[in-house]
Amino acid sequence: MDEPASITATPPADEVTSAAGPAGLFSDLHPPLSHDEALVEANRCYFCFDAPCLHACPTGIDIPGFIRRIATGNLKGAAVRILEENSFGGSCARVCPTEILCEQACVRRAQEERPVKIGLLQRHATDWLMDRQIQPFQRAPASGKCVAVVGAGPAGLACAHRLARHGHDVTVFEARAKPGGLNEYGIAAYKLVDDFAQREVAFLLALGGIRIEYGRALGADLTLGALRRDFDAVFLGLGLAGVNGLSCAPEAPLVGLRDAVGFIAELRQAPEPRHLMPGRRVIVIGGGNTAIDAAVQSRRLGAEDVTIAYRRGPAEMGATRWEQDFARTEGVRILHHLTPVGLVAAGGAVAGVEFAHGRPDTAQPASERVTLPADRVLIAIGQRLDLPVLDVTPRIVAGRIVVDANCETSLPGVFAGGDCVAGQDLTVRAVQDGKVAAEAIHRRLADLRE
Amino acid sequence: MADLSVNFASIRAPNPFWLASAPPTDKEYNVVRAFRAGWGGVVWKTLGEDPPIVNVSSRYGAVSYAGARMAGFSNIELITDRPLEVNLREIATVKRDWPDRALVVSLMVPCTEESWKRILPRVEATGCDGIELNFGCPHGMSERGMGSAVGQVPEYVEMVTRWCKQHSRMPVIVKLTPNVTDIRAPARAAKRGGADALSLINTIQSIVAVDLDTMAPEPVVDGQGTHGGYCGPAVKPIALRMVAELARDPELAGLPISGIGGISTWRDAAEFIALGAGTVQVCTAVMHRGFRIIEEMQDGLANWMDEKGYAGIGSFLGRAVPNFVHWEDLNLDYVTKARIDPALCIECGLCHIACEDTSHQAIAIHRDGVRRRFEVIDAECVGCNLCAHVCPVSGCIRMVAQEVARPKRTWKQHPNNPDRREAAE
Repeated sequence: MDEPASITATPPADEVTSAAGPAGLFSDLHPPLSHDEALVEANRCYFCFDAPCLHACPTGIDIPGFIRRIATGNLKGAAVRILEENSFGGSCARVCPTEILCEQACVRRAQEERPVKIGLLQRHATDWLMDRQIQPFQRAPASGKCVAVVGAGPAGLACAHRLARHGHDVTVFEARAKPGGLNEYGIAAYKLVDDFAQREVAFLLALGGIRIEYGRALGADLTLGALRRDFDAVFLGLGLAGVNGLSCAPEAPLVGLRDAVGFIAELRQAPEPRHLMPGRRVIVIGGGNTAIDAAVQSRRLGAEDVTIAYRRGPAEMGATRWEQDFARTEGVRILHHLTPVGLVAAGGAVAGVEFAHGRPDTAQPASERVTLPADRVLIAIGQRLDLPVLDVTPRIVAGRIVVDANCETSLPGVFAGGDCVAGQDLTVRAVQDGKVAAEAIHRRLADLRE
Repeated sequence: MADLSVNFASIRAPNPFWLASAPPTDKEYNVVRAFRAGWGGVVWKTLGEDPPIVNVSSRYGAVSYAGARMAGFSNIELITDRPLEVNLREIATVKRDWPDRALVVSLMVPCTEESWKRILPRVEATGCDGIELNFGCPHGMSERGMGSAVGQVPEYVEMVTRWCKQHSRMPVIVKLTPNVTDIRAPARAAKRGGADALSLINTIQSIVAVDLDTMAPEPVVDGQGTHGGYCGPAVKPIALRMVAELARDPELAGLPISGIGGISTWRDAAEFIALGAGTVQVCTAVMHRGFRIIEEMQDGLANWMDEKGYAGIGSFLGRAVPNFVHWEDLNLDYVTKARIDPALCIECGLCHIACEDTSHQAIAIHRDGVRRRFEVIDAECVGCNLCAHVCPVSGCIRMVAQEVARPKRTWKQHPNNPDRREAAE
């Protein structure tokens, strides 16, 4: 499904000008709070007992605790409180769907339908620390143990960071040229501006004890057997390398048809992303956050007409209600109950998508056919674990690696977490997996020493 | 519409809201603006002998609490730093132009009869409605034997008050300092000296904050600080108690009181009036938001009076004083229990943790998945009221009076009191 032709070209001059304007293409979706805004917001927190927000955070950050520290001017304490539980507290503050997590649980929402801006407060505190390059943690004395981590995304690096704090040496194997995983390659540009993904990883690595080898993927020259032999434990933070394709897509590549993940990755890595040509009429097929990100980015790049086509209703969409509303305000049209049944091609290029329209849930047959014209079709119907053939393979169910409560796989000493295991595909969940696995590995290694 | 006009120690004003002697009343320009805005009276910033005093920079410190600015306020400014003649001329002009408003002049001169004899006729010549003796300023002037240095010695209060009554025909209001152990002593002394009214409280000696970078008390003057006078909303409870203490003192019966201390809203004013203040004086609130707050204060008070059926200020002046009793007069058999309305509860848990950690372990948590329900354990609840105060939702926790069979019993009758007296038949 790779794009055969380059989509980079020089846009007209006025487009460049508008891109540099205040509502720039890649400007911060939620600008940071000022000092005074943060104080007002922090003082809105009731400091709940056994706070509901804390329970709603997959990493269990002491939210009332860090907010109280902001309110009292103890910003270092606030940041440390966050990073203790979530080493990716900076990017989670930016990309977390707080509207379905901590802010959904905030008692202020029950009281006045306006939760405390927990995400922005978390950013306020973590930015303060990172701007000053204050390292909050020190490594424990060297344990003499070494752990292999596969994948330098949030799960892998959260695991590596926690292990390094415990005094273990960690080698991270990363297939791509840069660390950060989806934070670097998979999330819309307006959510992580100013190269934040790289700055955050650099901040984490400054702890010491973590070495990353790039261009190293599991497969022929990096086998699980060798890792288990050479290291005291292994953590797999592989993510989901494969993308699902449309079953109705033709065998031969079509110009203008590509996967949304690849589109976002290209956008994130482009030296001049505003020069990318998004197409004029774009259809994004799917209903998750990747579909929203791809659609909004297309709009911001200048596409005239962007439609998200989803096969079920709004409540079934993987994208949160907030994300859906956000896409609409960005000028994206969202259509429901459209199942793609065929692609319209003309001269080797995509010209439209044919959909069956109907609601399968109401037993109403999807008999009506609708064809929407498009010169760009982005597929965002999920990703999958594409494991290469391995010497040993952990147990896999429903396309995800099976783990126990400690994130250990069916292979003793091999742990896994993040999107490659079952659960919500969220950065914050990946970080929690990495943390849980690291603690389990640390306990295991401590036992070994005795 | 309720009548807000007052006659305070023979000084008439269209409403009880006066501006206290302070920076907002330092000169004609400000006072005219205040009168235009609707203030019923002003007490002109304290006059002294020439040459004028000299002020420092900066002069104010403040306590911000949980985002609320100036919850408490402090100053180290002294009395007026303008020549006496300038002030007197402006006072005469303002009184001539605004005859319906109360214009009282605050005075502070050294504690000699000559000094007072010198200044009183000049002030009286302005046509002002009365004088207020500043026996309260707790900083700077007190080091020179004036202000609270006088107010803390009842004999001086009586002596100076008497001089003022002897050497002028003006009504004399004695402004008291709260920096004493028993506010009744200087108040009674003022009455003995012939005072026509009392006003209180002046500011409380304070250090509002320490600048942890320069290691100096705030406000910092070239690396150093001094104690200031504390005022603003934070001092209102202290002022209310002192006003009420004087209002119920039989020895002071009939002596008008002007209430001062943290008054910012019509409700604050109504509380002071209910506890015996015939007028109220405001400063910090206007320094924070300008003179225009008088509009809300006037119609807020009038609307409330209409709602309660009070035709004039006199209709509720001092109404709460009989209910301000000594602890030993309280009913020990009156019992309330907290009641939590589950429909209003937002599940913050503050009632539970406050009771569990610091009180009577009387609020239980029932968990139902992620939901929590809080319930009062009646057998443990002593009706202390803490939960209702910490609850962020108005009306969610109410204190409900319980039926008690016994008649009222106070400490004076209680069996646990070794000095009890039997209830009179």
